[in-house]
Amino acid sequence: MSINRKELTEMAELAKLDLNAEQTRQVGQSLNQITAMVERIKKADTAQVKPMFHPCQFWMPLRDDVVAEPSRKTELLALARHADDNFYLVPKVIE
Amino acid sequence: MINLSIRELNQLLEKKQISLPELSSIYLDRCQQFNPLLNALLHINDDIQPEQLLTADNATGLLSGIPLIHKDLFSTHGVRTTAGSRMLAEYIPPFDATVVARLNQAGMMSLGKANMDEFAMGSSNEYSYFGPVNNPWDLNRVPGGSSGGSAAAVAARLTPVATASDTGGSIRQPAAFCGITGIKPSYGRASRFGMIAFASSLDQAGVMAVSADDCGLVLEAMMGHDDKDSTSIKADPWSWQAPQDAAMQGLKVGVIPAWIEQLTDDDIKQSTLSALETLVEQGAELIEVDLPHAELAVAAYYILAPAEASANLARFDGIRFGHQCADKSDDINDMYRKTRSEGFGAEVQRRIMLGTWALSSGYYDDYYCQAQRIRRLISEDFKQAFSQVDVMAVPVSPEVPFKHGEKSDGVNMYQADQFTIPSSLAGLPCLSMPIQPAHNLPVGLQLIGPYFNEQIILTTAAKFQMVTDYHRQMPEAFV
Repeated sequence: MSINRKELTEMAELAKLDLNAEQTRQVGQSLNQITAMVERIKKADTAQVKPMFHPCQFWMPLRDDVVAEPSRKTELLALARHADDNFYLVPKVIE
Repeated sequence: MINLSIRELNQLLEKKQISLPELSSIYLDRCQQFNPLLNALLHINDDIQPEQLLTADNATGLLSGIPLIHKDLFSTHGVRTTAGSRMLAEYIPPFDATVVARLNQAGMMSLGKANMDEFAMGSSNEYSYFGPVNNPWDLNRVPGGSSGGSAAAVAARLTPVATASDTGGSIRQPAAFCGITGIKPSYGRASRFGMIAFASSLDQAGVMAVSADDCGLVLEAMMGHDDKDSTSIKADPWSWQAPQDAAMQGLKVGVIPAWIEQLTDDDIKQSTLSALETLVEQGAELIEVDLPHAELAVAAYYILAPAEASANLARFDGIRFGHQCADKSDDINDMYRKTRSEGFGAEVQRRIMLGTWALSSGYYDDYYCQAQRIRRLISEDFKQAFSQVDVMAVPVSPEVPFKHGEKSDGVNMYQADQFTIPSSLAGLPCLSMPIQPAHNLPVGLQLIGPYFNEQIILTTAAKFQMVTDYHRQMPEAFV
């Protein structure tokens, strides 16, 4: 299993990371080391084993559909670099 | 004074042999004096008003007025919370994590925030944006990670207690490297609300302190169901019952011979065997058990944890909070990329890429789902083992604290998590307690309990600490 440069570029785009050529090379080298290490899990016989996505059984609790906390709009918008009139400001996304 | 237990500090306060301002000053002075040597703290709460913390409800409890330091992963209302990252270098949460709120309610006095590996990803605390933490036992060596700041702060007695978090060993390994006691409770015991996420099905809040008794007292106050975290389990309230004597008659302790054989450092192996011998002298019976699938744990973990991290860290987009790139961009995707590449360090970016790969089409079944199946096999191994024993005693780390920069490539560090990851994948309670040092550096022994049985591991550790004094030893430079 080896991750090639094209896959690395695609993954960087999915992960929204801007890697230059040297960073891409270094990440590729590390990832290929790691994937070589994890390759061994494929050999385990797990045909009859269900995946365990969580360490304990729990059921998603439901609560009444009522407002539980007061609005913290002002506090939360204050954390943004750019906000105005109760909106977060971002570069234009609609052509 | 600085080596006193929580119960002893409480007695001093109760008998008015020391006042709250005096107690806070002693520890704050140490923070100011020693932090330049350690870089263990990212914030020191200089303007603390100890007497204002106490209310009619919490003025008399055992934890009332006891100082502590929070790992900088826990959101603290009005106090900068960075997770060791440039991404959150200026983030000031408008709320407290539930763990923080509960310890505030118990009257504990927060002295500051502890340095850590960025987003808890690391085993050496060399991956903090704010610089590495030094081990108080040898400043040229790492304190372990990711809770390295918390561990170094307790070891140097800048605080008697610190909060910490553990995903694959981030409490136990730094506790072992710094010669203190650290417990990760069962997954679901403590609320994760306000604890900045790394891998949601593995992350768990815990405690670091000098002794198991101190850990038990603080753990009791911070655990319990929280409506704000649906993965915190509703169970009967747990209260720490400290043992009255050191006898261990009837206790069946599981040991894994293959793991001890994997200790290639003879001094660490000798320390481990000597600690097991002490348990036997106290009356415990050692029983050999096996976890046949644990050898696949590290490989499974380094699929699962990065996969969950890549999803969790997607929230850092530079828009709502956290770092945003300075470059004005007309393209939102361009802004996302620049913000995230500037805000995340190299190790975090590497794990995001690894997680993105593991979750991508074509690899999901072969790696991600397969790793989840391995996780079940390991969990079943533990169930089998705990049908024969009450508690397991195994190594924490195959190595003593290494020198800064000695492991320049993070991948080299991953394999050293081999003894801590299996119990993390199974969600079990586990702790590290100090045993006989090796090479004049601290060594830990790991105790693992059945799911939701923190009492058995804390009791075993507390009894061990009644007949040993490794946990009371302090690095000379900080006495």
